[in-house]
Amino acid sequence: MDDASPFMAALTLILRLDPAFLSIVGLSLRVTLTAVCLAALIGLPLGALLAVSRFRGRSVVIVAINALMGLPPVVVGLTFFLLLSRSGPLGSFGLLFTPSAMIIAQASLVLPIVIALTRQTVEDLWANYREYLLSIGMGPKQAIMTLLWDARFSLATALLAGFGRATAEVGAVLIVGGNIAGVTRMMTTAIALETSKGDLALALGLGIILVGITLLVNALAFGMSRIGVRHAG
Amino acid sequence: MPDNLPPDAALAVTDLSFAIDGIRLIHPMGFKVRRGRRLVVLGPNGAGKSLLLRLCHGLLRPDTGQIHRNDHHPAGRRAHAMVFQTPVMLRRSVFDNVTHALAAIGVPVAQLKSRAVEALNRFGLIGLADRPARWLSGGEQQRLAIARAWALRPELLFLDEPSAALDPSATRSIEAMLGDLHAEGVTLMMSTHDLSQARRLADDVLFLASGSLVEAGEAQRFFNDPQTAQARAFIAGDLVW
Repeated sequence: MDDASPFMAALTLILRLDPAFLSIVGLSLRVTLTAVCLAALIGLPLGALLAVSRFRGRSVVIVAINALMGLPPVVVGLTFFLLLSRSGPLGSFGLLFTPSAMIIAQASLVLPIVIALTRQTVEDLWANYREYLLSIGMGPKQAIMTLLWDARFSLATALLAGFGRATAEVGAVLIVGGNIAGVTRMMTTAIALETSKGDLALALGLGIILVGITLLVNALAFGMSRIGVRHAG
Repeated sequence: MPDNLPPDAALAVTDLSFAIDGIRLIHPMGFKVRRGRRLVVLGPNGAGKSLLLRLCHGLLRPDTGQIHRNDHHPAGRRAHAMVFQTPVMLRRSVFDNVTHALAAIGVPVAQLKSRAVEALNRFGLIGLADRPARWLSGGEQQRLAIARAWALRPELLFLDEPSAALDPSATRSIEAMLGDLHAEGVTLMMSTHDLSQARRLADDVLFLASGSLVEAGEAQRFFNDPQTAQARAFIAGDLVW
C-alpha cells in the first residue's frame, strides 16, 4: 500500500482540480508559453537573417549559438540573478522573484534553440530558393518573409523543442523566481521542493501533468510535420 | 532605355568574362540578343551555358565587360525573368506560387488573383491551382515555372535547359509554350545541349565550348554551314573538346 498511496493521492489531486495544484500548473504554462513566444519573436527573424547573410565571423556566431543550446539552466539563472538583484545593473526594475524574471530567464534558454534550428532549416530552404528569389528581384527582408512562411511547419517543430526545454528545466526559474508559494512556484520547482519535504503526492501529481504536457507537445510536433507534408509538399 | 543598347537588341554584351577562384570559366566574349528572336545558347555540358545565362540575368557579377539590358521594371512587370533547369517550386499551392511572384514585383493586391488566374488559364494549369506545387510532375512543375515567369510580363526571358530533365512528351509541351511566347513577341534566350531541340527552336545561335564563344549567327546558316571545326564536329554528333 505504501507504494500505491502517493500515486492514488496524486490522481485524486488531479481529478479534484485542487486550486493550489491548478495555480502551479497555470503559472508554469503562462511563464513558459510567454517565454517561447518572446523567443520566437526574436529568434525566428534572427535565425533567418543568419541563414541568408554572409559576413566575416559568421561561423563563429553559428558555433556560439549552437553551443548556447546546451547552456546549463542554473548558469542562466545565476546570470539573471546577478543582473536583476537589487545591486545588479537591472536591479532598479525590481523584477527578481517575479514571474517576469522567470519569463526572461526561460526566454534566454529557449532563444538559442530557436535561432539555431531556424538558421538550419532556413539555410537549407535558402539553398533551394536563392536564385529564384533573387531572379524575381526580392530583397533580404522579402526573402526572409518568404522563407519563414515556407518553413513554417519545420519551424513550429523548432518552437516546440524550445517549449520542451523550458517546461523541463528547474534551475533557472528556481534561482530567479525563488519558488515562492502562489507567486513563483512552478511545476518543476514544486516537484523539487515537495519531494524533499516528503509530500510525494503533490510532486507525483505535478510530474504526471508534466509528462502529459511533454507527450502532448510531441504529438503536436508530429502532427504538424504530417500536415506540413500534406499542404506544402 | 538604357544607354548603349542598340534599338534592335534586348541585350548586348561586350568583353564579358567570369572566373571563380582564379579559374576562368567564361572567356571574354561579346554578342547581342535581337529583340523578339529566339537565341539558343548551344554547346556540350560544361561549356558555360548556364553561367552565361546567369550573368546575363544578373544573378552573377561578371569580372570584366558590360552587359547592357533593360533593367527598368515598369509597374507590375519585370523587364527580364528566368526559368531554371530544375524548377524552383515554393512550398505552397500552384496558385500561391504565381501570386507570390506577382506580389514580389509589386503588383497591387487587388490584381493578384486575376493575374494569377490569367497565367494559369493561359498554360492549362488552372485545374491544378490548389495542388501543392511540389506534388506536380516534373513536366507540370516546369510548365508552372514558365507560367509564373510569363505572369511577370517580361520582354526578355532566360531559360536554362528548360526541358533537360523531362520526357519527350513534356519536352514537346514546353517547346509549344516557348513557341507561344515567341509569337507574343517575348525575346527568348535559352540554353540547351540538345542539337535537335536547337534546330526546332532557334532563330539565332551562340555556340559555346569550354567557356569560349566559338560561333554566333543565324540558326539556319549555323546548321547548314558551320564556320569552325568545333561547330562542324558538334553538329555531326562528335564530342567537342
